[in-house]
Amino acid sequence: MTDFMQYLFSGLTSGAIYALIALGFCVVNNTMGIVNFVQVDFVSLGGMLMFSALFGAGLPMVPGLLLAVAGVALVAMLVERFGLRPARSDNHLVLIFLTVGLSIILRGALKLIWGKNRMALPPLTPDIPVKIFGASVLPQALWILLLTIIAIALLTWFFYRTSLGLSMRAVASNPTAAAVVGIPAGRVRLTSYAIAGALGGLAGVLVTPITTLSYDVGVLLGLKGFAAAILGGFGSFPGAILGGLGLGLLESLSAGYISSAYKDVVAFVVLLLVLFVRPKGLLGK
Amino acid sequence: MITITDLVKTFHQGSVNEVLALSGINLQVQKGDFITVIGSNGAGKSTLLNCLAGSHPIDSGHILIDDQEVSRWPEYKRATQISRVFQDPLLGTCGPLTIEQNLALANRRGKYHGLKRGVQQNDRKLFQQQLAQLNLGLETRLKDSVGLLSGGQRQALTLLMATLVKPKILLLDEHTAALDPKTALQVLKLTQQLIDDQHLTALMVTHNMRQALQLGNRLIMLHGGRIILDVTGKEKEAMTVEDLLEQFYKVRGEEFVSDRMLLV
Repeated sequence: MTDFMQYLFSGLTSGAIYALIALGFCVVNNTMGIVNFVQVDFVSLGGMLMFSALFGAGLPMVPGLLLAVAGVALVAMLVERFGLRPARSDNHLVLIFLTVGLSIILRGALKLIWGKNRMALPPLTPDIPVKIFGASVLPQALWILLLTIIAIALLTWFFYRTSLGLSMRAVASNPTAAAVVGIPAGRVRLTSYAIAGALGGLAGVLVTPITTLSYDVGVLLGLKGFAAAILGGFGSFPGAILGGLGLGLLESLSAGYISSAYKDVVAFVVLLLVLFVRPKGLLGK
Repeated sequence: MITITDLVKTFHQGSVNEVLALSGINLQVQKGDFITVIGSNGAGKSTLLNCLAGSHPIDSGHILIDDQEVSRWPEYKRATQISRVFQDPLLGTCGPLTIEQNLALANRRGKYHGLKRGVQQNDRKLFQQQLAQLNLGLETRLKDSVGLLSGGQRQALTLLMATLVKPKILLLDEHTAALDPKTALQVLKLTQQLIDDQHLTALMVTHNMRQALQLGNRLIMLHGGRIILDVTGKEKEAMTVEDLLEQFYKVRGEEFVSDRMLLV
């Protein structure tokens, strides 16, 4: 039982990170209809900016976190405005390949600015394990869960309550009808990139104290987040959360009960099986 | 007042498939005009509407709304002055969103979308009032998603959305053609009612010549990307479907002659 609780918490923790990244993928997919591969570098950038905010600017944790998340959102907006929009294309393939290229450029820039060395980021609060139902849980894991819940709540409020969120859902569901009532698609795309950047950045800030920090830390995490989004049904917000947590739990349970060497295999085999049965993903339309 | 001068639009310019869709349209739409637009397939009716609304960039010419040049404005910006209803009832509304959410979007036409509530509480009364005049019972279904409505209901809702904020001009692109005859008649009546009540300026494309004569105060006929007939008021009222057909074949006949001249 203690073991199970231990695996459960560790699965939920990594699952929450996957969910944040998956949500970022979904936000951009819903407004532009593309897979935004720059999402993976938003994760790395979040960790890097946090590192600089703490050790470069000497800021405390909370302002550092806010600044890092806002910084990634800003970079994401620049990526959309100066990387994608000048293409003046609605061709999805063109845009997706552009994001691949922009991702490589951004990763190169990260390598130039912060170097290739692995770095360590301190957790939000000191690493003194807490006992919950017999499992020993790091405070950082609790922070991850809490901040992920807050991020999801904010995202829900934004999309389902506010006027801007409504206009973004309109663009996602019917771009023609949205244009007819005068919704500027450009601003909607910019906003969706800002949100995707903030989500990726937050994931990076939260996860890098547990893993390590390097310019390409987001690549594998981003891939898992992408898989989580597909597992849940690409584009569906509840699906992204379910997919993220599902993938995280699968990984940690298989690592615990089978072997940590096979955790990725088990997770991705289950992903494939789910997609064989339900090609649209768990909650896809 | 809308002034269109020397409007030219070519599709696939420079390729073998080049089509001159509009070849120099000149049209002055007075405030309060309700113009019906007829013409055969490929005459340029829809292209004219799309160019006005900004869905297609134009090659040359000018479009002025109240003396303001709008021909370089993007579609969403023109939508603050121009509203449209398409033939396809699914195009003008967002299916997954609710009736009140669709209306709220239409009610914010031309305004900034911020972090305020998407559907304001006091707007709901306005929406209910507006929906009640459709006589479709939609006023009690504010929270139903639009995807649940029938084509006719959806088209009526689209019309309401197009006129919720009074547009400078309303563009109707065969908006009853995809509906069954009974529903089409209802939607047409509603169109007339909304245009009369708000003294709207409107441009309505139709394939039905009788409809084109019955409705509106002015009629234009397009052919080959040009306006070949423009009748107003009494002159229009006196016209019959036969007159229209005669005019139509006369123009076609002339073209035929000119083709033969080319061959000789």
